[in-house]
Amino acid sequence: MLANLRQVFRYRALISSLVARELKARYRGSVLGFFWTFVNPLLLLGIYTFVFTVVLSGTRVGARSEPYALFLFCGILPWTWFQSSLLESCSVLIAGGNLIRKVLFPAEILPAVTVLTGLVNFCLGLLVFAGVAISYGRPVISGDLIWLPVIILVQLALTLGLSLLLSSLTVHFRDLRDLMGNLLTLWFWSTPILYTVAEVPERFRAVFALNPFTHLAVAYQEVLFFDGPFTGWRPLLALGAFALLVLFFGYFVFDRLRDTLAEEV
Amino acid sequence: MHAVEIRDVRKIYRRYGRRKSFGTLKSALLSGSVLKNLRPDSAFHALDGVTLDVRQGSTLGIIGRNGSGKSSLLKLIAGVGKPSSGTIHVSGRVSALIELGAGFHPEISGRENVFINGMMLGLSKAEVARRFDEIVAFAELGDFIDEPVKTYSSGMYMRLGFAVAINVDPDVLLVDEVLAVGDEGFTHKCLEKFAEFRRRGKTIVLVTHMLDLVTRLCDEALWLDTGRVRGHGDPKRVVDAYLTEVAGTDDHAVSAATEPPAESGASETNGRAGRWGSQEAIIEHVELVRADGQPVHVFDSGQPMRIRVAVRAARPLHDFVFGIGIFTADGVCCFATNTQIEGRVPREWAGGGSFTVDIDRLDLVAGAYKLDVAVHRQDGVPYDYHRLLYSFRVASPLKDTGIYRPQHRWLFDGGIGISGTGEDGQL
Repeated sequence: MLANLRQVFRYRALISSLVARELKARYRGSVLGFFWTFVNPLLLLGIYTFVFTVVLSGTRVGARSEPYALFLFCGILPWTWFQSSLLESCSVLIAGGNLIRKVLFPAEILPAVTVLTGLVNFCLGLLVFAGVAISYGRPVISGDLIWLPVIILVQLALTLGLSLLLSSLTVHFRDLRDLMGNLLTLWFWSTPILYTVAEVPERFRAVFALNPFTHLAVAYQEVLFFDGPFTGWRPLLALGAFALLVLFFGYFVFDRLRDTLAEEV
Repeated sequence: MHAVEIRDVRKIYRRYGRRKSFGTLKSALLSGSVLKNLRPDSAFHALDGVTLDVRQGSTLGIIGRNGSGKSSLLKLIAGVGKPSSGTIHVSGRVSALIELGAGFHPEISGRENVFINGMMLGLSKAEVARRFDEIVAFAELGDFIDEPVKTYSSGMYMRLGFAVAINVDPDVLLVDEVLAVGDEGFTHKCLEKFAEFRRRGKTIVLVTHMLDLVTRLCDEALWLDTGRVRGHGDPKRVVDAYLTEVAGTDDHAVSAATEPPAESGASETNGRAGRWGSQEAIIEHVELVRADGQPVHVFDSGQPMRIRVAVRAARPLHDFVFGIGIFTADGVCCFATNTQIEGRVPREWAGGGSFTVDIDRLDLVAGAYKLDVAVHRQDGVPYDYHRLLYSFRVASPLKDTGIYRPQHRWLFDGGIGISGTGEDGQL
């Protein structure tokens, strides 16, 4: 396993080229290009903002999360990265079957490229977020911002771990893909992205705390949206440890299934 | 010094009978057999105890029928997949020409694909950059290198894939039947590149159905049959043994059909091997003999060939004709004749006997040929007709094409200066 990891490290130039290729190939031949990646989150942003501030405005308690669109934005951005990475991981090995069967290179590169491509899009999205924040007249630079790389790293480890796990299992169980599509919808609604964690009734808090993405979303919101010092670093670091465990487990499963991949895809 | 060492390698492909086309997690959970389903129901032995050494700097040709395990072996040497048991040790960098251009992304330019493909095959970015011009030159792409790969013709695509793989500069080059897909010029270029590799002392392992390539290019040949080594060693000997076996299996297809008799001549194009006839007289044995009296399957172009046929009549006969016919592997008749055409009149024949056809010069170009041998009545009704049951190959150092190679000379005068050995097809 260590030897394999070293090999992955040796292929880092390939990984970065593949990420660049993914981005380039996706945006080539479309007029709006790079913008398309943000159409979906922006669309969601627009419709959720409309629904929750205009249509359902009366039912909302606690007006702490204003402007709502901006609050929504800092939850939806990382979620988009998370969701698209996991969904694409379910098909990346099958789509790249030709490579796995015919060319000798570590297969874990494929899910890794998927996750890293998502990361690049996410970072570009942060720039869009900064633009929106400025248009709302909000300060963009704050002391909390030093926590942002930590949060991103934690999410990266978590996403990568799940991605490795899913991509190798989907080769054997193809319906994981459909399962994930539905699971992710549920997951989205049970994560404080559309609402703040403070709005969750007390008796459900413990359940929400079990959702790893809750802590990520809260951390993003604290750092990017709410004023004041970042207080949630304790659960964040705990989540970081958990994410490393997931990464280790995901890689372990992937490694165990490695030899079956070439025959099954 | 061995470049590749293979010790008792087995490769077992698992078959999952319970799971129809693919498994679903739901069904696995319902039957409580998630782990069980990851285990196979039955196994297919693609390789069954192969042991082999490939000397450094030698060229090995692997032959065998489809499904005999050739490509599986090559993939294991390449490191794509692991053997189920046994060990494979390869010293040095390996490059596999298994599928050309695997991993090219259609939307991005040839240039970017070259970099990514090169890195997939194990080069660093700087190494690709250093070899880039050479790669583009070999692929003959010119300005197309900056166009998206999806706009390439399949020939350009293949050339680029080949150029990248070969410029990885491997110590061991693995080739799987890629030559069969290219056009004449491409094949020629590949062969030249292989020759250059050999000169530089690199090791090549070649899987192919082009048997003449094996005898021409390889130092050794390996014959695989249902995952086992059937023959290994001198390419000519192994190829001959393989050809004999292939002809032998065709022998089982005895047909009693009343097909048109006699050496029906040049129009015979898609003949199928077989044997038929009344059996009142039978052909017992057919032997192809070289000038030195050795029975062989490979003849040098321009050398004599003797066809010796042992026959036996079940009852005394007064009406009989002996005939032979030579066909190319595609079934084109090169030459066919019989004793009737050549004015021999049968008188009587009882019991055993034999006849011989001596060909003083086998003026055929290099390639695989098949032989008809027949005994029939003067009106054409066959006693025993052996259709395409015997095969032999003609070997030649020259790469001329066609079927017939007449003795010929080149003469030049006037202002033409031309040099060369002047052998002129005189072999």
